[in-house]
Parts: sequence; structure tokens; C-alpha cells
Amino acid sequence: MLEIKNLHAKSEDKDILRGINLQVNVGEVHAIMGPNGSGKSTLAHVLAGREDYEVTQGEILYNGQNLLEMNIEQRAAAGLFLAYQYPIEIPGVSNKYFLKAAMNAVRKQHGQPLIDTTSFLKLLKENMQLLGMDKSMMERSVNEGFSGGEKKRNEILQMAMLQPKLAVLDETDSGLDIDALRIVADGVNTLRGPDRAIIVVTHYQRLLDYIVPDQVHVLAEGRIVRSGDRTLALELEDKGYGFLETHSAAASAAAV
Amino acid sequence: MSTDNALLEEYSQREYKHGFVTDIEADAIAPGLNEDVVRLISSKKNEPGWLLEWRLKAYRHWLTLKEPTWHNVKYPPIRYQDSIYYSAPKQQIKLNSLDEVDPRLLETYEKLGIPLEEQKALAGVAVDAVFDSVSVATTYKATLEEHGVIFGPFSEAVHKYPELVKQYLGSVVPYSDNFFAALNSAVFSDGSFCFIPKGVRCPLELSTYFRINAQNTGQFERTLIIAEEGSYVSYLEGCTAPKRDENQLHAAVVELVAMKDAQIKYSTVQNWYPGDADGKGGIYNFVTKRGACRGDNSKISWTQVETGSAITWKYPSVILQGDNSVGEFYSVAVTANHQQADTGTKMIHIGKNTKSTIISKGISAGFGQNSYRGQVKILKGATNARNFSQCDSLLIGDRCGAHTFPYIQVRNTTAKVEHEASTSKVGEDQIYYCRQRGLKTEDAVNMIVNGFCKEVYDVLPMEFAVEARKLLSVSLEGSVG
Amino acid sequence: MIATETDAYQDAYQRLNDARGDTFPVWLRELSERALNQFTTLGIPTTRDEDWRFTNIAPFAARTYKIAESAEIPASRIESLVNDAILDEQFHRLVFINGRYAAQWSYLHELPNGVIAESVAQSILTHPQSIESRVGQHFDCENSAFIALNTAFVEDGANIVVPDDMIVDRPFHLIFLSVTDEPAVSHPRNLISIGKNSRATLIESFRGLEGASYFTNAVTEVELHESAHFDHHKLQHEQLNALHLATTQVDQQAGSHFSSHYFSFGGDLSRNELNCMLNGERAQCTLNGLYMPVGDQHMDCRTRIDHARAHCKSFEIYKGILDGRSKGVFNGKIYVHQDAQKTDAKQSNQALLLSDDAIVDTKPQLEIYADDVRCTHGATVGELDEQAIYYLRSRGIPADQARTMLIFAFANDVVRGVEVLAVRQHLETILLAEHGLDNV
Repeated sequence: MLEIKNLHAKSEDKDILRGINLQVNVGEVHAIMGPNGSGKSTLAHVLAGREDYEVTQGEILYNGQNLLEMNIEQRAAAGLFLAYQYPIEIPGVSNKYFLKAAMNAVRKQHGQPLIDTTSFLKLLKENMQLLGMDKSMMERSVNEGFSGGEKKRNEILQMAMLQPKLAVLDETDSGLDIDALRIVADGVNTLRGPDRAIIVVTHYQRLLDYIVPDQVHVLAEGRIVRSGDRTLALELEDKGYGFLETHSAAASAAAV
Repeated sequence: MSTDNALLEEYSQREYKHGFVTDIEADAIAPGLNEDVVRLISSKKNEPGWLLEWRLKAYRHWLTLKEPTWHNVKYPPIRYQDSIYYSAPKQQIKLNSLDEVDPRLLETYEKLGIPLEEQKALAGVAVDAVFDSVSVATTYKATLEEHGVIFGPFSEAVHKYPELVKQYLGSVVPYSDNFFAALNSAVFSDGSFCFIPKGVRCPLELSTYFRINAQNTGQFERTLIIAEEGSYVSYLEGCTAPKRDENQLHAAVVELVAMKDAQIKYSTVQNWYPGDADGKGGIYNFVTKRGACRGDNSKISWTQVETGSAITWKYPSVILQGDNSVGEFYSVAVTANHQQADTGTKMIHIGKNTKSTIISKGISAGFGQNSYRGQVKILKGATNARNFSQCDSLLIGDRCGAHTFPYIQVRNTTAKVEHEASTSKVGEDQIYYCRQRGLKTEDAVNMIVNGFCKEVYDVLPMEFAVEARKLLSVSLEGSVG
Repeated sequence: MIATETDAYQDAYQRLNDARGDTFPVWLRELSERALNQFTTLGIPTTRDEDWRFTNIAPFAARTYKIAESAEIPASRIESLVNDAILDEQFHRLVFINGRYAAQWSYLHELPNGVIAESVAQSILTHPQSIESRVGQHFDCENSAFIALNTAFVEDGANIVVPDDMIVDRPFHLIFLSVTDEPAVSHPRNLISIGKNSRATLIESFRGLEGASYFTNAVTEVELHESAHFDHHKLQHEQLNALHLATTQVDQQAGSHFSSHYFSFGGDLSRNELNCMLNGERAQCTLNGLYMPVGDQHMDCRTRIDHARAHCKSFEIYKGILDGRSKGVFNGKIYVHQDAQKTDAKQSNQALLLSDDAIVDTKPQLEIYADDVRCTHGATVGELDEQAIYYLRSRGIPADQARTMLIFAFANDVVRGVEVLAVRQHLETILLAEHGLDNV
């Protein structure tokens, strides 16, 4: 589904990604871990197409298409969803209106009929109940005045409504207490399925207790320095990111 | 954001959609202004002597005044002697139904998307269509008459209700008020007159579509609305104008009088020709609008969505004389391309426990300059007066400007006056977020801008709110980045 | 402009010019001459002038003030004035009597190498080139009659220069005393320059002889070089018959920090203009002010902050407490120039009315020509919060004391921002004494 080959990206003359290689197959859940500044969030935003980052080398294939040639909303329409670490506030635009506009924009791109208000509201109600969200949140402006937990739940709600093919969760666990974390993880797990892939970007392994990944990758200094199964995450928790330094040094030495 | 920029640039350089000139023979007098012209206008309308005298007094006073310069707008000098001060469509015969109206006129309305036929169908809207200064069609008259509501052309009211007109004309905006009000008082062409009798809740929303048509015609509307004790009226004013190259002066005067327990809600959507993308042409809109809350517990609300005109100079105000009276001002003003707006309000608190609210949303794009200018004055007797003002500006592009000039004058210790203002831009992160959810850039911008204006849309009558949203997205087409 | 209003100044100018010796530099004589002409052209502003809409200066400025001569006042009276003004013996002290430097009342501790702290008259006499590039550099006299007037009569003031990379710990305290027995005017001109990466603190105090009627027309020019830090305080304690007009112009280079603390207590009519030009990226200014007119006092506070470069920040809080039949005017403008992107500007003006006869006119303004900015301003006018009074009373505090406490709290918000201990203590004492509160 997703194939990243030798991806290099920079922001304001600063190289951040320095050769990422990653393959994610449909039906899989991948976790990307790494210390602060390792490039995790950058990778997520490069996938979404944020224009602050410049891809200098490499390619990304998404269902056989060249992702880098698509603009942000085309990628969204193609089923790529990014759950933001810091969801954006849009004053005056109600959550409900926003969601419906987004759903219909995607449908329009695919030449599908637009969703009618009744079915939309029904779907919305179901998903909100699942995420334990209060009805009133729909009438409030997008993310405005939401607590950190509410914002994250709202991201998962959008994901549930938009039913993406590839979901990228950028530090969705940050700022969540354990109950909220469980609810969010449940939301993600419901979406797990054979026709969908999920990339979980996280600093801590805690989230992976709830969303169990098929593969874990460790990012350091813009490269994937180790890949493995779930046990890699536990090993990291045990030893901390410190032990990677020797590894990455070794890896760079090997690369030279 | 380079792709967005390009897209938005393109989007903003759209053409004025309502630009066309209706080819109807107009009865106009030669350009220029002097006492004879004032007399001629008055005689063409068979006006009584007192009204002519009033016009002449206004004209003589106007001669002593200088055009104001304190505002934050720039324009080449207006050559008042080159303007035509009277123009009326030639058909002057009274019409009984729309069938008798010149079909080309009806066509014009249809092009504007406001056909009278459709208007009739619209829930409870009576239309007094002003076409180049003379009203030609009035609907729903019967319903209004049943309730004793007087609503019709000003020129007709002068003959049918001279005492009312005499009593109230100039009582809120005296002819000596300012340069443009004096000019209007001298040469006003026509406008609407509205009287809601005691205790009547006007059964319909009253609506007038103003339209500037003949070339080189200054438009000098005069509107007077009187709400007697305990009455209520909602009045809608919407404007579009055909495209042309020369600047046109528009100096209207609107006077509102609310007696005890009465309420007037006055809503405007203004979409006159703003000039082309290079700032050529466009309407100069110098308007004096003021309401007097004469009686206790009275209320006047001004709501405006200003997207048109090359220059907008307008300060719908409320004089809060009656105790417990309430004044409100809700405004959305958009300046794109080279448009300039200097607009705001005055709230003059005289009575006890008077309250005023000001919500102003300014949007600047392209080379647009948008100024909020407001005055809140609490006089000595205005015990427990309250004012809350909020003025927010949104900037789209790096060559536009947003300015805020509030004047707060307080003469009473028990007053509470609060003013807040903020300026921000449409955030790139907001656009990115919306696009990640699948929205196109221009839809994202529209959504964000409409969200910004929400507090004002919420108080607009329903059909106006829909129109306002459309206008706003058209006005900003392509200007965002 | 009525000719007679400026005639008195013309005559005084001639006398002053004749008295200026051969040592008076030609460039300064020319500048002063030009300024006088400009003053004559501009004339005394009227309320029809938008900048003077709320302050009617004409009746004051039309009075005849003589250039203050050294009056025959007993030294003991001057001494007690100086003692009242002194905040801390540790400060460098420059005393000016009727606008002229008075060495016998001044005291300078040892100055770090290269630091200049002397009278402008001295600089003119001994090394005029050091001030040549600094007089009238940062504003033109074109639009301000009173800056022009000050420039025409330029004679003395404080010249403070801190070279690059130097921290001056002791604050400079400039004390301006008007000591006259007839209506007199003084035009102090202060020139301050803080070098790159340097730091300094300055306090200006204005006082006068009890009962004296006089006019102070002060101008202070401040240059802050790259990454300089400068704390400015002004304590305006003029006599109740005085007319006090002052303009401070600050030019800030990249990365510099300026903070201003203005406290206005005295004067019959006072007007303080403070203009900050943020002329380099990442420059910052903080402007705090408190004005407390009582009786028939009229206080006008004007600030203008120009964001001329990107990434600058400004924070402003001005508070007014008005009693009696006084009038308080606030006019604050934030002007964001084109391309001054990433500007962050916050302004707030709050006025508290304690009397039914007091008058407030407030005009905060934003003029913004750049799009990527965060600018806010707020203004409130009102009386004390009744709920807060109720709350305090419910805890057993008598109503009067509750009110006083709240007034003190309102004012103390601004006082708290003062970092110089002696200045803060001085202000707290005044605020507490004014309202009969015990020191805590």
C-alpha cells in the first residue's frame, strides 16, 4: 500500500529526513518510534503533503501512485488521513459543518453522491457514542476551546467518519490520561481491518499496549535505525533511547 | 503555500458578476448643481413649498461646508458639478401589477437573481423596488395596509402623509449634519418611507432593492422609518449595481425613529460595483445612517454586510435617548482588490440603563484597506450605561491593511465600556488542516472566513444570511493565500 | 495660529540667541533657527487638530512664560526639593534647576570607563561633535509644535552615553526642578544612547516649588543599539499650577529591549508622548503607565509604537484612576508597517472612574499594513467591581477599605512591573498614603 524509498526531506535548509525506507502493506499496523527531533512528525507531515517541507530525494508510492505528485487534498481524497499532534482551531466553523464539508469534498472527488443530512447525523451520532463524546461538541467551533483530550478524540472521530485507507496518527497519545487513551485506542482498533493500514507515530510505547503493532520502526536522526516486532518497543521502554546512540553511530559508520 | 497563493490570486481577480447596464430610457436633467437644479428636482416631484424651502436651506448650508478629510480613505476629488442630480425612468404611469412593468427592467432583476416574482414567493417579503431613484413596483401593499403599516416611496409619502414627513424628516439627521447629508438633503431623489403604528408588529420583513443604473447619476436616497410605541419592524436593504467605468457618488441618508417599547431591525447587504481589479471605477458610497431610540425600552439594531463599492464611508449610529434603550451594530466589511472602507458606528448614551453592542468584522484582501471607526459616548445622565465592542480584522495577503480607530468618551462613573480588537490572518495551518481533510483551498478559506463572520451572520435574517455568505465568497474569490 | 501667541516666544528666542556665545556651534544655531520657524508655522495646536482633539492646550500655551532665570530662592528651599526627589543615594544624580544643570546638587558615583553622564550644555561647550548626530535625529519637528519649540530653545539637559558591551548597574536619576517666583518655562533636552549589548536604567523626576506657575517642555531622545537593554522611568510630580509637556522618542535597533514606566501625579495640564520606533528585527518594548488625576487636573497620555521591522514585540498597559472633576485622555497607536511580519503587539487601557464629574476620553488605535501579525488592543472604562467589594465585605472588611484596597490593587498592577526597588517603594508609599492605607 505504501512504499517509501530513500526519502530525504528538509525544512528551511535543515535536513530532517535522511533516507527513509519503509513498506507498509494493507491490513498492517506499523509503529514509528524515536526520540524528540528524530523526524517522526516530519515523516507524518511529508506523507500528508505539508508544503513547509521540501522533499529533496527519494519517492513515495501509495497504492502504486506517486504520492509526491499529489497535493494535500488529493492525498486526503485518496484515503490518506493524518491525525494531528496539535489539532488546529477554526473559530466560528462548527465541528458538524466542517465534518460534513470534508466528507462531501472527498465524495465529490470520487464522483460519489453527497451524503444527506439524515444519514450524516446518524453516522455522526454512532461514532460519537463510540468515542464517548458529548453531543454539544458538534455545535462548537472546530477544536476551539477543546481540552487536549477532546481535541485528540475529535481527530479520531474525524478518522472514523472519513474511513481512510491509510491513517497516520501523529503522537495521538500525547496529553491523554489513561482513560482517554483507552477510548482513543478503541476507536483506532475498530478501524483496524484487512483493507486499511495504520501508522502510529509515538514517543512512548504506552500506546502500543492498546494498539498492538505488527511492526515497530525506530527513527533516529532522520533514518530508520531498527525495525522489528512489538518486542522492540518493549526493549526501547526498558533501555531508553540512549542505547540507540551506539546503534546509530554504528549504522552511520557502516553506511560510510 | 505557493500553489495556494497562485490559486487564490486567480480566485480573487474575478469579475463583478452583477455588471451590466439596463438599457432603459432615462429622464435626466443636465449635469451640475445650483439652486435652480434644486428647484427643478422639487418641481418635478410636485413637492410642497416647505420641502423646497428645506432643500434650499440644505443646499445653502452645503455650500458652506468642506468635504471631510479625517477618514482613512483616498480618492480623487469629486467634481460635484459634473454629476447629474436627477434621473427617473421615463415611464411614470402608475402600475397595477408586475405585468405592466417594462420587461427589460424585470429582466435586470432576474439577472441579479432577485426577480420580483420570486420575491413574492419568498416568505413574507414585501418589495419596494427602487430603480434609478423612482419606485416602480410595490407588492404586498394590501397586507401591510390591513395592519395600518405605511410603506412606500418617499415621494408618495410627501403627498399622502405630509404631516408625518414634516414632523420627522431631518429630525435624526439634520440637513446640517455633515457634508454628504447636506448634499442629500438638497437633492435627494426618492427612497422609502415606513410608518408602523402603535402596537403593530409588522407582519412582513420590509425590503427594498436599490440599484444604480443610468450613467453618471449620483444616487441620493432618503429613507425614513418611524416605529410608534410598542411596534416592531424588520427592514432589509440590498443593493447591486451595474458595471461601469466612471466613479459614482452615492450619498444616502437613512433616519430611524423608535418610540417607547418599539424595535427596528435594519439589515443591509451592500454589493455595489467595487471597481475592477486595478481599482478603476466603482461606487463611492458616502452614507449617513442614524437611528434615535426616542422612547424608553426601545431598540435599534443595524446589521450590515458590506462587500461592494470602491469606497465605503458609513457609520450607522444610534442615539440612546430613552431609558433602558438598546443599540446594536453588527458589521461585516470586505475590501478586496483596491477597495477601501472606513466604517463603524456611533453609540451615544443619553438615557439611564442604556446598552449598546458593537461587533465588527473587517476582512481585507489584495490591496484593500479596511478601517473600523467607532465612537462610544456615555453622557453624564446615562447612569448604568453599558457598552461592549469587539472589532476583529482578518488579513488575506500582505499588501492590504486593517485599522481600528475607536473613540471612547465617558462622562459617568457608573458606566461600563469594554472594547476589544484583534487582527489576524487566515492561518496557513488552518488551510493545511482543512485540505488534509479533503477540502480545496478556496473552500477552506471560505469556510474559515465565514466562521470569522459567524457572529454577524447569526443576527441576519435568514435569506440575507444565505445571500451574504454567497457574496462573501464571491468577493474573496481568488484573494486568499 | 494667532500671531500674538508665538510673539512672546520670538522675543525670548532673540534674547536667548544673543546670549549664546561664540562657542555655540553653528549647526545647532541653524537647527534651532529652523525649529523656531517651524514652530511659528505650526502654531499652537487647537482641538480641531485630531492629535489635540481631547486636550485644549491653547489657554495654557497662550500664557506668557519667561525663560526661567536663576531665581533668587533660598538654597534651603531648593535643598528640601532635592531631598524630596532623591530616591536612593546609590543612584547617579543629575539635578537640573529650571532646565539648567546644577552641579552643586548633583552627584555622580564613579562611572565605568567610557560612560558619559553630563549636562548637554557641557557637551556643547567641550565636545559638540559628540551630540551633533544625536539632536533631532529621530524625529522631525515638522509636525509637533512643542518639539520644535524645545529644539528652538535647546540649551541644556542630560547627555548619557553608554558604550558597547557595558552594564551600568547604578540607575541614572535625572531630577528636574522648576524653582521660580514668576511664570517661567524650561525646555530640557535629554540625549541618551545605549551601545550594543549594553544595559542601563534611568529615572526622570519632575518637581517644582510649591505654588509656582511654570511650563516644562521636555524632550528626550533615546537610541538603543543592537541588543541594548534600557529601563526608563518617569515620575511626574509637577506642581498643581504647572503645564507639563514631554515627548520621549525611542529608536530601537535589532534585538534591543526597552521598557518604560510612566507615573503621572502632578501638573495642572500634563501631556506625555512616548514614541517607540522598532527599527530592527526582534526588538521589543514594554510600555506601562499609570495616571491618577484628581481635582481639576487634566492628564493626556499618548503612545505610538511603530513596528517597522519583522519579528518585533510590544506590550502596553496604561491605567487611569480619575477623581474629582479631572480628565484623563489616553491615545495609543500601534502602527504595523508593510513587511513587519510576525509582529506581536498587545495594548490595553483601563480607566477607573471614582467621581461623577471625572471625564475619560480613550482612543486606542491599530493601523496594520502587514498580514502575518498578531495585534490586539482592549480598552475598558468603568467603576470598581461591585461583586469584589461585596466579597471583601462579606469577609468583614468595611466598604470604604474594600474600595481602597481594590483601587490600590488596580494601580499596583502597573507598579509591580517596576524593577528598581527604590522607585517601586516610592510609588507604593504614594499610592498607600493617598488612600490612607497602612503599608503591609
